[in-house]
Amino acid sequence: MKEHLVSLPEAAPFSLWRLHARSLLAAGIAPEHIVWRSSSGQDDLFSQPDPSPETETSKPQKISRNCLLFLETLLCHANPEKFSLAYRILWRSRRERSLLKTGTDPDIVMANRMAHQIGREVHKMKAFVRFREKTPQGSNTRHFAAWFEPEHHILEKAAPFFARRFTDMNWMILTPKGSVGWDGETCVVTREACTRTIFEDEAEALWKTYYRSIFNPARVKVKAMRSEMSPKYWKNLPETELIPEMLAQAARQTW
Amino acid sequence: MKRTFSEKLAILSDAAKYDASCASSGSDRRGSKKEPGLGSTERSGICHSWTPDGRCVSLLKILMTNFCIYDCAYCINRVSSGVERARFSVEEIVWLTMEFYRRNYIEGLFLSSGIIRSSDYTMEELVRVAKVLRLDRGFRGYIHLKAIPDASPDLLAEAGLYADRLSINVEMPTETGLTQYAPEKDSIGIRSAMGHIRKKMDATKEKTLAGRRPPRFAPGGQSTQMIVGADAATDQDILSSSSALYSDYRLKRVYYSAFSPIPHASQALPAQKPPLLREHRLYQADWLFRFYGFQFQEITENRPDGMLDLEVDPKLSWALDNRAVFPVDINQAPRELLLRVPGLGPRSVKVLLATRRHKTIRLDDLERLRVSIRKIRPFITTPDWRPIKLIDRMDLKSLFAPPPQQLSLL
Repeated sequence: MKEHLVSLPEAAPFSLWRLHARSLLAAGIAPEHIVWRSSSGQDDLFSQPDPSPETETSKPQKISRNCLLFLETLLCHANPEKFSLAYRILWRSRRERSLLKTGTDPDIVMANRMAHQIGREVHKMKAFVRFREKTPQGSNTRHFAAWFEPEHHILEKAAPFFARRFTDMNWMILTPKGSVGWDGETCVVTREACTRTIFEDEAEALWKTYYRSIFNPARVKVKAMRSEMSPKYWKNLPETELIPEMLAQAARQTW
Repeated sequence: MKRTFSEKLAILSDAAKYDASCASSGSDRRGSKKEPGLGSTERSGICHSWTPDGRCVSLLKILMTNFCIYDCAYCINRVSSGVERARFSVEEIVWLTMEFYRRNYIEGLFLSSGIIRSSDYTMEELVRVAKVLRLDRGFRGYIHLKAIPDASPDLLAEAGLYADRLSINVEMPTETGLTQYAPEKDSIGIRSAMGHIRKKMDATKEKTLAGRRPPRFAPGGQSTQMIVGADAATDQDILSSSSALYSDYRLKRVYYSAFSPIPHASQALPAQKPPLLREHRLYQADWLFRFYGFQFQEITENRPDGMLDLEVDPKLSWALDNRAVFPVDINQAPRELLLRVPGLGPRSVKVLLATRRHKTIRLDDLERLRVSIRKIRPFITTPDWRPIKLIDRMDLKSLFAPPPQQLSLL
């Protein structure tokens, strides 16, 4: 049987993958005959898929809502394996009704692990975004911006949290994978890469004072700190530059 | 000399760090989209940072003032301590909370205070901060208030209107410990305030005869803290105290704080490093009670000196003392029993229960779930695995415990 090549940008939204998956499924093409290739260029967004995606299928496939939601989460992952894994689960779930609940199946183990990593990063984004104030003169709403570097495509998943919480101010979260913005009424998520901009916020000095003072030098547990606050996030957290000095000071104290 | 805002912040957060709690979980879920204001709460809390002591920073944890008329030996803020003193005004705390919150540094405020003038006066000031945040600023983030035990019930009721969580520290695991180290505090007063808070919380769950709901009262519940290692209390004393606290006052959490040497320490206290491993074992035991269906009594009943084993965790220690229960059939055993198997946690048990309805679980299935086969093997059976006599080995513990360390010469 002929091999089918599908080329998708790594950041392809779920809807684009679904178009391809739907027509492949309708044509009865098994996962082992498809090569999912991830391309990096933006041009590929418009490349012709093979076979060409159809918006309506001739044979409607019944896929449970749970399965679709699960695959949608999976597609947020940065690992390009996600395309073929998602299709394999889709393909198998038509026959194996309890596939998603079989937590020891190798495909499901892998997918659960990826979904878990995505959930964890959404949680860390809620924790580690740091807004800096940049209110233009004469504005009666306050303006804030933040720079964050997620590994996965999680902005759509994290956006509702920020919109529910920071309602009375204008804010933007810029990332290499897109942006989230709020103007007081609507929340807009894009997938266009942003560049890092840095500006000062005076309140940060108070935050650092707090961070330094709330630390108890009599109990140093660096491993516990690093496992929860991975060093990959440190460069965008203003307080972490204090850590070496705090540890050095703690080591000088004798109890 | 007048202190700057930043100097006051340094003093008042330094003074607050001996309180272990920083939780922002367990409250009702709310946001700010429907009404003007700022803030939201999630079902599970968020830790916005970690300090090198391994503790999470979720809330702005400060004292309103560290002036105090009490003289509790373990406390850095006691009246006889030489520590620097400061006081924040209500407005200053409100401003700082809002500014930190807007920058996503924190989930909210955990406000406590030294006792100044009287218990009622202090409590009134704490409540005022929460009230201004909620009513004047429309703040919907998390608020945890320390309740002052002897404050009037009306003030506690008002605190519950605005706070998500209330806490009163029992401080010492036993009454003798408390009388010895905190002469002005009495455990009856502390417990009656906790009982009062529980009653108020229970009342919000029932409608009145007229069908009305009673006003909101601390939806995030109440918690407390005990200091470990300052007095002679054993782990058994501590855990039986926890057991009573959880059941009598329906606490959300009991925190264990390894007694940590403080600057300007009282002569009455041991000058030693904080017993961090002991604290860790107590939290593990607490976890077994809250998520694994253990009773506190079972955890320590086989320990000869009433102390938890520092070498292995309390669950493994219990399993080694109760070998007759094992091996457990992974494909047949009920959830309660699976939770007793060393190496299985609530999450893997959930996956196993769902999976075994569709297929038989074998040893390599467990491996794929990243369960430690080495740890679990002596305690289970699967169709392809039976621990022959492993469970009877006298030296079973040595397979898990860290190798003995050579005594240091220096």
